[in-house]
Amino acid sequence: MKLLYFAWVRQKIGRSEEQLAVPPDVTTVASLMDFLRRRGAGYEAAFQNPALLRCAVNQEHARFDARVGPDDEVAFFPPVTGG
Amino acid sequence: MSEVRIQHEDFDPGAEIAALHTMAGDVGAIASFMGLVRADDRMEAMTLDHYPGFAEREISAHVAEARTRWPLLGVRVVHRVGRLTPGERIVFVGVASSHRQAAFAAAEFLMDYLKTRAPFWKLEEREGGATWVEARDSDDESVKRWR
Repeated sequence: MKLLYFAWVRQKIGRSEEQLAVPPDVTTVASLMDFLRRRGAGYEAAFQNPALLRCAVNQEHARFDARVGPDDEVAFFPPVTGG
Repeated sequence: MSEVRIQHEDFDPGAEIAALHTMAGDVGAIASFMGLVRADDRMEAMTLDHYPGFAEREISAHVAEARTRWPLLGVRVVHRVGRLTPGERIVFVGVASSHRQAAFAAAEFLMDYLKTRAPFWKLEEREGGATWVEARDSDDESVKRWR
């Protein structure tokens, strides 16, 4: 799975993107967030409050109950602020 | 014809207007807007972050919406990303139509969207540190009036 992080999510995690093999029980955005939160302190900080986060699956806005699979591109970011 | 570009480098507003003139047929009116970075609250610089591909798609969807609302002959949107300092050009919106009313209205519609909802994240630098701008909670009045 390709993961992308933007703005302060990227800063807290310390990287802008990564390719991860996720376990088979990760089938939704919400379960992906649970999986990522356990990867370290930076991830824990980034995913601490899901209400502050937005997500896109394959470059389309997605809800946290959206399905995700190994070939998907999933992005996490704060609400957009305009230009 | 529509063109949406997100880029680090500066743009030439005159060249963008000239392109609107030639990209479409029976143009009677071209309205354009250019935004510059302001030094609000002693801001020294801002860095715009974006999601390549996603951002172009979101902005293009709003350009398409503008085209359903007004009879437009051409639209060009250029938005810069990366680190920008006060006085620098940051955004250009140009709209070509047969008549001025549609060109003015569509340009304003697109700018209201870009200022409040476009998929960017802003990091503002001031003396003492850099902070991410938080999203506005409520709907901005400028966007509401287009509903």
